[in-house]
Amino acid sequence: MIARLIAKRLGISILILFAVSLIIFFATALLPGDPARAILGQQATPERIAAINAEMNLDAPPWKRYLLWLGGLVTGDLGTSVASGESVGALLGDRLGASLLLMVIAAVIAIPIGLLVGIYSALRRGRTTDSAITIGSLVLAALPEFVIGIALVALFATSVFTILPAVTMRPPGTQVWDFPAQLVLPTIVLVLAVAPYIVRMTRATMIEVLDSGFVEMARLKGVPERRVIFRHALPHAIGPVAQVIAIQLAWLAGGVAVVEYLFRYPGLGQALIDAVTYRDVQVVQAVVMLIAVVYIVVNLLADVVGILSNPKLRTGGAR
Amino acid sequence: MAASGVVLTPLQRFFAQRQAKVGVALTATIVALALIGPLLLPWATGYTATEFADQPFRLTGPFGTDNLGRDVLSRFLSGGLTLITLALLATAVGIIVGMIFGTVAAYTGGTVDSILMRANDVLLAIPQLVFALLAVTVLGPQGWVLVMVLGLTHAPRVARVTRSAALNVINEDYIAAAEMYAVPRWRIIVREILPNITGPLTVEAGLRLTYSIGGIASLSFLGLGLQPPAPDWGLMINENRIALAVQPWGVMLPVLVIALLTIGTNLIADSIARTFASTKVSEA
Repeated sequence: MIARLIAKRLGISILILFAVSLIIFFATALLPGDPARAILGQQATPERIAAINAEMNLDAPPWKRYLLWLGGLVTGDLGTSVASGESVGALLGDRLGASLLLMVIAAVIAIPIGLLVGIYSALRRGRTTDSAITIGSLVLAALPEFVIGIALVALFATSVFTILPAVTMRPPGTQVWDFPAQLVLPTIVLVLAVAPYIVRMTRATMIEVLDSGFVEMARLKGVPERRVIFRHALPHAIGPVAQVIAIQLAWLAGGVAVVEYLFRYPGLGQALIDAVTYRDVQVVQAVVMLIAVVYIVVNLLADVVGILSNPKLRTGGAR
Repeated sequence: MAASGVVLTPLQRFFAQRQAKVGVALTATIVALALIGPLLLPWATGYTATEFADQPFRLTGPFGTDNLGRDVLSRFLSGGLTLITLALLATAVGIIVGMIFGTVAAYTGGTVDSILMRANDVLLAIPQLVFALLAVTVLGPQGWVLVMVLGLTHAPRVARVTRSAALNVINEDYIAAAEMYAVPRWRIIVREILPNITGPLTVEAGLRLTYSIGGIASLSFLGLGLQPPAPDWGLMINENRIALAVQPWGVMLPVLVIALLTIGTNLIADSIARTFASTKVSEA
């Protein structure tokens, strides 16, 4: 039962990924422009252009180029950057790691904070702390992440205090995690952008669950409050909350771009924005595809968590 | 709620909430600033925009000069109109397109519904900002591109909400009655279904407006929205942020208004949601 549901969900994810690859390829590949000329410059001879076209399969029909591109993606060959002439894979290699590092730290901090604040708010329903949390999360959820980022930079890096670096510096040969202080501000921005949604969803679902009969029953039986909340109520709230967490983590895959740009953080998002600025199609295709993969995988995981945590499905066979 | 016998209209219930009043006040103030700002120009600032050319990032005048020595206050006063206009247009595109697909999917049902919803899933698998970056790569950073790409990426999200709201309505008797009278399908959608899902649609419009403002401001901030020398709040932040430590005004003024505007529209959206949620409770 559960295995079949998960397999079906996995199949859908693969189909969606395939459709997304079609959209990305045909949206970008059919645009006017001459990658060979862009690589070689204005003085290129026709023979050189023809050679590059042959090498990059640019003279092949679109469907064949699509299949070659897709094959390349699967085997890890992401093509050649038009702007730098380098292989896209090499260009993005350690950037993917840097972006994932930022996203994972942000998620690891934002998820427990979001859950705990949401639960606390639900337990204090109607009191001042609850109203403050509700309004605070509403305000934070409204703000574009670069606005939060600049406010924090002004507060902690440039204008009020100067205790944290405002931009990321990475001398060659070092890794982003060699300078933990530089990770602080980007991480806080991402946490503040993501946590409010988790807080709001957790609060809403927990209020609903705490009002239900089985929670009252558990309390009447004298089950300790902590146990009531974490063993009886929370598992029932996990499904919808996992959905929102997934949406937020998936949002991180795109939203991280603005934060990386703001802090000059050497990640995928910054590479994407540079590539868009220089219209470097191969890099844009590869990064968008990578982001879509992260997005779909995260959503898949959330659905699996939802399926596994749903008591009705878990015991579905026994009825 | 209606124990006193007084039935409040939705508008009265909306304005009975303090956060709704704050939201409307914030939004109205910033929109007024953006509308009137350009008209105040020469005499509000006391400076022409170019008076301090080649004195970048000085603190001359009320708010100093920007990266090219232009008066920050002048740029600020004329920088909001395009942002707000583009955000409104993007919201309108998203709501209209999403509403059409959502109601058609819900009312037609069957294969059409499945196909539309699967297409929706595919479109939802690309984050909005990333889709916008893709479009800007292909079509270039122009106003209409921003409007269309934000609008069209809103559409699947709006369609999903519209569809589930419409599904609650289509089994009502008045729909069946209209069908018996052989009212055309489009007319049933326009006259019977849409008026009965205005609640969720207005909530969605408010949310989409908040995200449109954030999206357009973010793209301008990334240098991929409006192009220099256009005066624009998002672009101003991008141009002046290197001097944040010495000349904060060129950054902080636009950051502040964008923040207040998005907070305002989000408070409105949340209050609308609460207005309609409380109807459900009192009817139950």
